[in-house]
Amino acid sequence: MTSVAAAQASFGAAGARPALGHRLRRRSLPWLLLAPSLLLLAAFTYLPIVRLAWESLHDKPHGTATTLWVGLGNYINLFADKAFTQSVANNLVYAAGTVPASMVLALLFALAVQRSTRFNAVMRALLLFPSMVPLVAAASLFFFIFLPGVGLFDYYLAKLGLRGANWLGDPDVALWSLIGITVWKNAGYYMLFYLAGLQTLPGEVLEAATIDGASGWQRLRYVIVPLLAPTTAFVLVIALINVLTQVDHVIVLTKGGPSNSTKLVLYYIYEQAHENFAAGKAAAASLLSVSFLLALSVFSLKTMERGAHAAS
Amino acid sequence: MLVTAFLWSTPFLWTLVASFRPESAGGLGMASLLPDYVPTLANFRNAFESGDFALYYLNTAIVAFGILAVQIVTISLAGYAFARLSFPGREAIFYVFLLQLMLVPPILIVPNLRTIVDLGLYGSLLGVMAPYFASAFGTFLMRQTFRQIPRDFEEAAVIDGAHWWQSLWHVLLPMAKPGLLAFSLVSLMAHWNEFLWPLMVLNEPRTHTLTIGLATFALSTEGGREWGLLAAGTLLVMFPLLALFAVFQRQFVNSFMFAGLKG
Repeated sequence: MTSVAAAQASFGAAGARPALGHRLRRRSLPWLLLAPSLLLLAAFTYLPIVRLAWESLHDKPHGTATTLWVGLGNYINLFADKAFTQSVANNLVYAAGTVPASMVLALLFALAVQRSTRFNAVMRALLLFPSMVPLVAAASLFFFIFLPGVGLFDYYLAKLGLRGANWLGDPDVALWSLIGITVWKNAGYYMLFYLAGLQTLPGEVLEAATIDGASGWQRLRYVIVPLLAPTTAFVLVIALINVLTQVDHVIVLTKGGPSNSTKLVLYYIYEQAHENFAAGKAAAASLLSVSFLLALSVFSLKTMERGAHAAS
Repeated sequence: MLVTAFLWSTPFLWTLVASFRPESAGGLGMASLLPDYVPTLANFRNAFESGDFALYYLNTAIVAFGILAVQIVTISLAGYAFARLSFPGREAIFYVFLLQLMLVPPILIVPNLRTIVDLGLYGSLLGVMAPYFASAFGTFLMRQTFRQIPRDFEEAAVIDGAHWWQSLWHVLLPMAKPGLLAFSLVSLMAHWNEFLWPLMVLNEPRTHTLTIGLATFALSTEGGREWGLLAAGTLLVMFPLLALFAVFQRQFVNSFMFAGLKG
């Protein structure tokens, strides 16, 4: 602020008030600087949401140029579509299977490698590796790991005298195979946040707990986990966003099959828009997803800001 | 711990072993983790010949670096506005930016594809890049970075008669290098790895990126015989990231923690 005062003082010394043009320029400067970002945000984030809302209430019969108002018709069709309701159910299972598992592993990993030694640095890098490669690359690796009979999994299970399942071909198993890939890929990433969180823990509290005779488990349960609550909230939000927005492995490995058992909501949307040209249903499902993210953000904007502050 | 870390990296180990395995080994020994052979580069050569990997590299680099170049301009300007200027509605506008952190692009692929078609960018690399030119995360990061720089330096510059862009360019940006590097790493990685959106926008092999190339490649190799080839292709896709990671390991870890959400 002093710079502005200094600048104005120097103008004052020159005699008259700052010229009108100068003040106008000062006023418009912030908007000029924000204009490129705001225009792009409008074009690719906010207007698309309006467009989704509009499209989800209209229908454009294939091959015609007319657009009809159908009210909630698209939403009714959407929920009447078994593939959609199943994709929602799959997504819930997928969330329940990936989010807690990868977060618990992340915390355990962080606790194991938190002390900064050369050995731990290597361990961290190894655990972090999966989160840095494209999901597509991870998927193509697992295509061969899951290959029935000759794949890595079955090969070593056979050595242990076990018989593997048809990892990607059995409707009861395929979703869990994808869950396994996701946990493998994300746990190391979430570990980073827990590492950052652990660094902020007050050492005295832990020492006090130790002196009071708390066991390792008790310290974890009653001291460390409660103190890490903000980190956990932050990671939870990121994990939930990932559950809804990452389907590359579905596209590469299963295409939603067998018999819709691995169809996630975003894959359903992709399919409706790209292959079935059902714009109305795709828009309705997209808008529901956007609403979910908006609800999540109302709950978490404060957390996000705090988390980002803590991380910086 | 050692056992877990070993299990965790088995897929990579296996890929490495398989990519150097001679083709003649056939499909039977493919699951072996032991490098019981004379290493060969044949798989890499075949991968380069059967997929247009050189072209895919070029396209991916154009997309990732093109996005980054524009982003650096937009986030520096916006970050400066939020960090240094006061104007009515600043808080509200800032929340407009923050909210975009949650409304991640993949969820908007359907309407964004329409927009890209309307703009005449369908099928072009520019169409892949356009939605990412502004970055809420980057703006947030630059705002934080600028705020941590004492104002004294700029005040000296202003008294010397410098314009805002001069103090941004000569004073703030050089001091914001760590923040810019952190953002660059996250952004490059996010767009190097991206798949779904390029898959929707690009419609001919000439413009395909590495991830699309790899997916096509993976879908066309049925059965275990071509595992060596696919392993080599996968390594080719991951290699630049691993190299980048080796060079910037510390910054990588820091910037990832900084990120939370991707560029």
